[in-house]
Amino acid sequence: MSSGLWDKTAVAEIVAELKDREGALLPILHRIQDRFGYIPPDSIPIIASGLNLSRAEVHGVVSFYRDFRSEPPGVHVIRICRAESCQAMGAASLIDYVKQELKLEFGGTDREGFFTLEPVYCFGNCACSPAVMVDEQIYGRMTPERLESLLRKLRSA
Amino acid sequence: MSRKIYVPADSSAVSVGADAVAQAIERALKQRAISAQLVRNGSRGLYWLEPMVEVETPRGRIAYGPVSPENVEELLDAGMLEGAAHRLCLGPAEDIPYLRNQERLTFSRVGLVDPLSLEDYVSHGGYRGLRRALEMSGAEIVEEVVASGLRGRGGAAFPTGIKWKTALETPADQKYVVCNADEGDSGTFADRMLMEGDPFVVIEGMTIAAVCVGATRGYIYIRSEYPHSYRTMVKAIASAYRNGYLGEDILGSGKTFHLEARLGAGAYICGEETALLESLEGKRGMVRFRPPVPAVKGLFGKPTVLNNVVTLASVPIILEKGGKFYHAYGTGRSRGTLTIQLAGNVKRPGLIEKAFGVTLREIIYEYGGGTASGRPVRAVQLGGPLGAYLPESMLDVPLDYEAVASVGGMIGHGGIVVFDDTVDMAQMARYAMEFCAAESCGKCTPCRIGSTRGVEVIDRIIAGIEREANVELLRDLCETLKYGSLCALGGLTPMPVLSALKHFPQDFGLLPQEAELR
Ligand SMILES: Cc1cc2nc3c(=O)[nH]c(=O)nc-3n(C[C@H](O)[C@H](O)[C@H](O)COP(=O)(O)O)c2cc1C
Ligand code: SF4
Repeated sequence: MSSGLWDKTAVAEIVAELKDREGALLPILHRIQDRFGYIPPDSIPIIASGLNLSRAEVHGVVSFYRDFRSEPPGVHVIRICRAESCQAMGAASLIDYVKQELKLEFGGTDREGFFTLEPVYCFGNCACSPAVMVDEQIYGRMTPERLESLLRKLRSA
Repeated sequence: MSRKIYVPADSSAVSVGADAVAQAIERALKQRAISAQLVRNGSRGLYWLEPMVEVETPRGRIAYGPVSPENVEELLDAGMLEGAAHRLCLGPAEDIPYLRNQERLTFSRVGLVDPLSLEDYVSHGGYRGLRRALEMSGAEIVEEVVASGLRGRGGAAFPTGIKWKTALETPADQKYVVCNADEGDSGTFADRMLMEGDPFVVIEGMTIAAVCVGATRGYIYIRSEYPHSYRTMVKAIASAYRNGYLGEDILGSGKTFHLEARLGAGAYICGEETALLESLEGKRGMVRFRPPVPAVKGLFGKPTVLNNVVTLASVPIILEKGGKFYHAYGTGRSRGTLTIQLAGNVKRPGLIEKAFGVTLREIIYEYGGGTASGRPVRAVQLGGPLGAYLPESMLDVPLDYEAVASVGGMIGHGGIVVFDDTVDMAQMARYAMEFCAAESCGKCTPCRIGSTRGVEVIDRIIAGIEREANVELLRDLCETLKYGSLCALGGLTPMPVLSALKHFPQDFGLLPQEAELR
């Protein structure tokens, strides 16, 4: 995914392609984030002018939704469910483990820019709790041991 | 006829290895030069058995589970393709008591069919409801839905027929149908299973709603935490377009319905219908004042039918078999079936579709088999993060909207989360406040600020700092939240908090009688 690099032309193309849809802003933001891993702050004026909105309006939307990042994430994004069902099945030990192991808090990226840790409130994976998502892959019935070997694999990949 | 093997592509099944199992099977079949068709079905909802593999045999579909990739060779050696015995063999899938004892109306095809095969859908009764609806007037469709007694399954349990009637009777140049697939309630996954296991039933339900009220455009708003569901819906929509079930002149009726799937962006509040509409319009998900209700003034200010996934997916069978058929299930004012989602610390978690009236105890013990840890059940949260915590002693309540309300709970979207006796209920109360603070749209002060205060106050109670005074303060805060909030996020957060305090005072360092003090 992200290298932190983004290019204006690509953003302008995305805006041009989607801007005539009803309620185009969220689809545009999703497409930009899929492409670059975040919403580059400098892309906001391009989006705003394409949709005839003020920059403040676009910024307001970006900052409202938890999904949209304003900084590039690490190479791998680890998302841990914090909701009740996963709590009932030991999510706290997963969270403690990852925070300690990666020296990260929720929302943070490690210094090497390798891992980003994000909280999620339910993946709908509650019948296979606790759940963790790494990049696009979802894992159920997770244990600290399996998570440890998963992180090791990602590091050595 | 080539042999069929089923391995779910349901994202929860995938989360415990279903993709790897499917790959192992494909590899092994190739090596053994066996020709068979591998179908990626939805999940039957027997999640403790996932990944659950089924093979088609003259004796019906024989199930094996939970299967890991390492089991595949030995299963094939044992004769799995003929449905032979093996320690993982579960017998015919439909004879597994957990499944056999359900009343699957809305979920009749989930796990059974290839989710993306329109042919499968139609041969299993799909699109009969729409065909019938196309021969009826809007008012007649409304009548059928009213007669079914169907109430919204998203949480508020509002009668669906009445909502449609309002949209039908509001004249406008443009109307919309919006499906709420934000499924934000933790402990719930029925919407997800439907989208991944039988997407056409959702499309058919939305199309019937559109035909009923005269809407020509629709959106299904899917939470971004469900990438699998989104992809499945996008593919199913494209297939419905190609085959004349969406777009212009649906099935030669002259009726038009355009449907698009949209992604949310990680905001619980966007499950609230008016915030969802704002979000679809490309704005921040801020709750709107009501009235007007969305059926009068909804998306882009136009009359909009907005319903939950399960609600809409229940409509095709109602149109096919009649409102009376559906109404015959259930009890009191809770008609039809409830799609119960059993999760948390429970031995057999899963999807249980039952007529209303079944008790919590039956669900948790007879279906669920008690806790996964083997320890005693201590608390149960019913109805999502804003639902009440109930102690074990209250599990005899029947699942019926009114009966549950009478004991201070709510059914919501039908999620049940079980906790064993290691749970700290003061921490769960604290979490409820934290969740409210994290997810508030920010419009009302009690919700935005009061929830953060709530976390601090609970922390002080836990620490034993001026306990009585702080409990009093917590009650006051809850009172303010309840009456000073525009929507149920702020308004219902007191439910989990106060029910935890009431039923589990010892966890807050209180004697039982102290928790009762006003
Ligand atoms: C904070 C909040 C979150 C909600 N989340 C959802 C949700 O995720 N899915 C849903 O269908 N309804 C949700 N609702 C209920 C909707 O506002 C609305 O009542 C429902 O979608 C209407 O459809 P129905 O009548 O078919 O249930 C939520 C309500 C509130 C107050
Ligand atoms: S109660 Fe909370 S979430 Fe609901 S409208 Fe008010 S601030 Fe927004």
